[in-house]
Amino acid sequence: MCAGCGLCVKVCPFAAISMKDKKAVIDYDRCNLCGACVEACKFNAIELKTLERKYDHASYKDVWVFCEQKKSVVQSVAYELLGEGRKLASKLDCKLCAVLLGEGVKDSAGALFERGADIVYLVDSPHLKYYQDDPYSKVLAELINEFKPEILLSGATTIGRSLIARVAIKINTGLTADCTGLDIDLEKKLLLQTRPAFGGNIMATIITPNHRPQMATVRHKVMREAVVEKTRKGVLVEKKYDNDVLSTRTNLVDIVEEIEETVNLAEADIIVSGGRGVGAPENFGIIRELALTIGGAVGASRSAVDADWIPYSHQVGQTGKTVCPKIYIACGISGQIQHLIGMQSSKVIVAINKDPDAPIFKVATYGVVGDLFQVVPALTKKFKQILGK
Amino acid sequence: MNIVVCIKQVPNTTQVRINPETNTLIREGVESIINPFDMYAIEEGVRLREKLGGKVTVVSMGPPQAEGALREAISMGCDEGVLVTDRAFAGSDTWATSYVLSQAVKKIGDFNIVLCGKQASDGDTAQVGPGISTHLDIPQVTYVKKIETIDEKKARVERMTEEGFEIIETPVPCLLTVVKEINEPRLPSLKGKMRAKKTEIKKMTAEDLNCDFDKIGLDGSPTRVVKIFTPAPRRGGEILTGEISEIVDKLTRELRSEF
Amino acid sequence: MDALLTEEQKMVKDLCRQIAREKIKPVAAEYDEKEEFPWPIVKILADSDIFGVYIAEEYGGMGGGVFEMALATEELSWGCGGIALAFAATGLGTFPIILFGSDEQKKKYLPKIAKGTIAAFCITEAEAGSDAGSIKTSAVKDGDHYVLNGTKQWITNGGEADIYTVIAMTDKSKGARGASAFIVEKGTKGLEFGKKEKKLGIRGSATREVVFADCRIPRENLLSREGMGFIVAMKTFDYSRPGVAAQAVGIAQRALDESVEYAHQRKQFGQLISSFQGLQFMLADMSIQIEAARAIVYRAAKMVDSGEKNIAKLSAAAKTFASDTAMKVTTDAVQILGGYGYMREYPVEKLMRDAKITQIYEGTNQIQRAVIASNLIKELKKK
Repeated sequence: MCAGCGLCVKVCPFAAISMKDKKAVIDYDRCNLCGACVEACKFNAIELKTLERKYDHASYKDVWVFCEQKKSVVQSVAYELLGEGRKLASKLDCKLCAVLLGEGVKDSAGALFERGADIVYLVDSPHLKYYQDDPYSKVLAELINEFKPEILLSGATTIGRSLIARVAIKINTGLTADCTGLDIDLEKKLLLQTRPAFGGNIMATIITPNHRPQMATVRHKVMREAVVEKTRKGVLVEKKYDNDVLSTRTNLVDIVEEIEETVNLAEADIIVSGGRGVGAPENFGIIRELALTIGGAVGASRSAVDADWIPYSHQVGQTGKTVCPKIYIACGISGQIQHLIGMQSSKVIVAINKDPDAPIFKVATYGVVGDLFQVVPALTKKFKQILGK
Repeated sequence: MNIVVCIKQVPNTTQVRINPETNTLIREGVESIINPFDMYAIEEGVRLREKLGGKVTVVSMGPPQAEGALREAISMGCDEGVLVTDRAFAGSDTWATSYVLSQAVKKIGDFNIVLCGKQASDGDTAQVGPGISTHLDIPQVTYVKKIETIDEKKARVERMTEEGFEIIETPVPCLLTVVKEINEPRLPSLKGKMRAKKTEIKKMTAEDLNCDFDKIGLDGSPTRVVKIFTPAPRRGGEILTGEISEIVDKLTRELRSEF
Repeated sequence: MDALLTEEQKMVKDLCRQIAREKIKPVAAEYDEKEEFPWPIVKILADSDIFGVYIAEEYGGMGGGVFEMALATEELSWGCGGIALAFAATGLGTFPIILFGSDEQKKKYLPKIAKGTIAAFCITEAEAGSDAGSIKTSAVKDGDHYVLNGTKQWITNGGEADIYTVIAMTDKSKGARGASAFIVEKGTKGLEFGKKEKKLGIRGSATREVVFADCRIPRENLLSREGMGFIVAMKTFDYSRPGVAAQAVGIAQRALDESVEYAHQRKQFGQLISSFQGLQFMLADMSIQIEAARAIVYRAAKMVDSGEKNIAKLSAAAKTFASDTAMKVTTDAVQILGGYGYMREYPVEKLMRDAKITQIYEGTNQIQRAVIASNLIKELKKK
């Protein structure tokens, strides 16, 4: 049936197919079973064999958002997910529900209704005051098993990533982490989860065709927060569980906070970042000055952090923080893909770099090919003038 | 202490590119390396053994070439290497992968601690570590930046959070995923490299591990990739030219409107 | 070239390459600036078993020879010729023990050196450079001891090393047969060090005067027999010469790599300067010379390891050719980088400063040529 057209060869993202004697041959050591070739083949010559199993989907309904809280304050990533969750719930014509675990957090339920939740599932217990893997994952599993959501979203935070990964395994379902895009396949009523792979060099769209709920985590600042509707109300469902469910094997002994900068990098609307071009730790002073002048936070590329010029908490990028400010000023940063992943959704990107071929100029709204040691202080001076500082 | 370190061989992502004409990954010339976060897990495992005695077994699930990664780990000081490889594993997502690895850990035998890197640089999901601990039903602590104390009964570790860190006590056996702050991985030594060359890597197949066949490979994977594409490139804007004072004037004007 | 290497040799080369690129290159400029001894790098090399590359397995080494040492030295020198000397000059200080040491002496010192203890070789004096035969440092027998008196000059690793192999006169009346070789440990009373010298290049290595003031050492520390001093020295130099040559090759290679990278980035007259034939030919010549130097170094090193007796001529040729090449290549590198090449901010001026010493130490290139010529005549006479 293979006509030797070679379409599959072109389409395979893993270069696993080659032509031998005018027939397609698959290298199974490279094949990742993604199915791109099956779709591309016009002659139905490629088949992806899978086990046929029966799954009961009808009993699973509603879009859930796990709302992370710290010190009884709901984290803003939850509002972003409620915003996105509402879009998904509308397409599926079902309810949007929030899950809130903690101690003394009942009052926060109101805020969740204001952000669009139709139902809030609340579990309030001293055992849940601080996040611990065991009680949180057991409670969430119990809730899911009882109320059967078809989709569950959570922030891809330190808590979210540990918790949801455990729960997905526990209840035997699929989880897609760090999604940058969520949508519904209306025909199949499936959640389409899009996320970067290979350090962001490619994007993949993933589905959980059979298992339920379809779980996804989303990074902070990727989606837009749900709008507040002060008069909105909803249904509060409170559950209690006994010690079997709430027990923990690990113990939280202490919490140590190390907040350095007054402006939190992840929340900042303006960020001035320094990279390898800054050259030395003391030179970060000019970056800090500009940031201070325009009310921004200080960021850094991995090069600067690895060279010990500035602490890791300032690192923006694949292995650092994802930021989504209105203005991102990149000084002496070349713009490797691993850095871009962390900041390319910034509204305005300004790049200052000596090297005209630096990749960052391809994404910068405004590019300045020049010496940052001249440009940055000049900018600071001008801004001080304009802002009357 | 019996320490098991789980590692993955990944393409060097700094080198992975998409061929703009065909929209496919360019694999030629891209070297395979040990997942960077796993290097920290290996180093921590070796340090624990140096301090407390015992054995470090490094295990990886992958195609036959992943043996190279195991040998590199041995050259850094791991004692034994296990390669879990089988065509039946192809297409595994994180659920199936963590299941297979948990079977491998069980097969390796008595262990006190399983160490994993925070996440793999190709998939970036950070799910396999927690997945393994759940399959094994052992406690876990993720994002560990320091192991303060550890013995056969319990461990006291520092877990990195967005605001700082937490101190957590966990019973042993347990699983820890580690972050870069935990140590500085050593370079291999010549003696290590020579030992790595001679060491026999144990191979295990799905059958050796008594794997449930509907829990591995594509069939064991709840998630499925339906599309792969290059991300829409963000368009560049304009390059400002002229005297610095002109550039600064224009820039401050444009940015002011965003405040 | 890799095809000619065994697996073990590839391991040595690759590991040293990794260390040079990841650990040495990033700090080379700082050590050059501060003129400090690179103890952190010494630790890395020791942990990676590099110090034992040329030491026999029974003493804790890898069991390789001069060839493996040359491979290691070349790669480390690519990172920094000065920092690499902590390793290479230790080799120079160790060969007397390897070649002439008794079993007890080898058992006592070689394992330590394999683990990263620094050694140094002391022969040069203020009045005795090329004319090594006119050294004045004396070693007088006194019961079960020898008492050393004198001052050695320009000793690489001087002051940092724990183990010193020293050539001193035990019987001035015997001339060339009157010198002997000794091992002196740091901390011995009467072993002192002068100030650290300020040098043109290889500033990441320590060079000091080593002073013997009534320095008493046990007679067990005599290497071989009395009167063997100059033979120990000559043979030691034959064995270490490929190492110096390898250092020169490493420095030259780095200079070429920096030049090619720069030329392919720098634009003038609307083009990359790498497209100008004038520069292309320069780069090509640099490359040719380096390959030739590497080839002769490999061959000399292999010859030494083979146990051949007549290695002096090839060994001298390798050292001469490689060091002259390094000087030419590094000077050309500065020229290619132009104004930037002259600036300390860019790495090539350091390479030029580092290369110079390779034409001078371990026998000046003039002495090397004299050695080669005298060997040619000797061979003629034999026919």
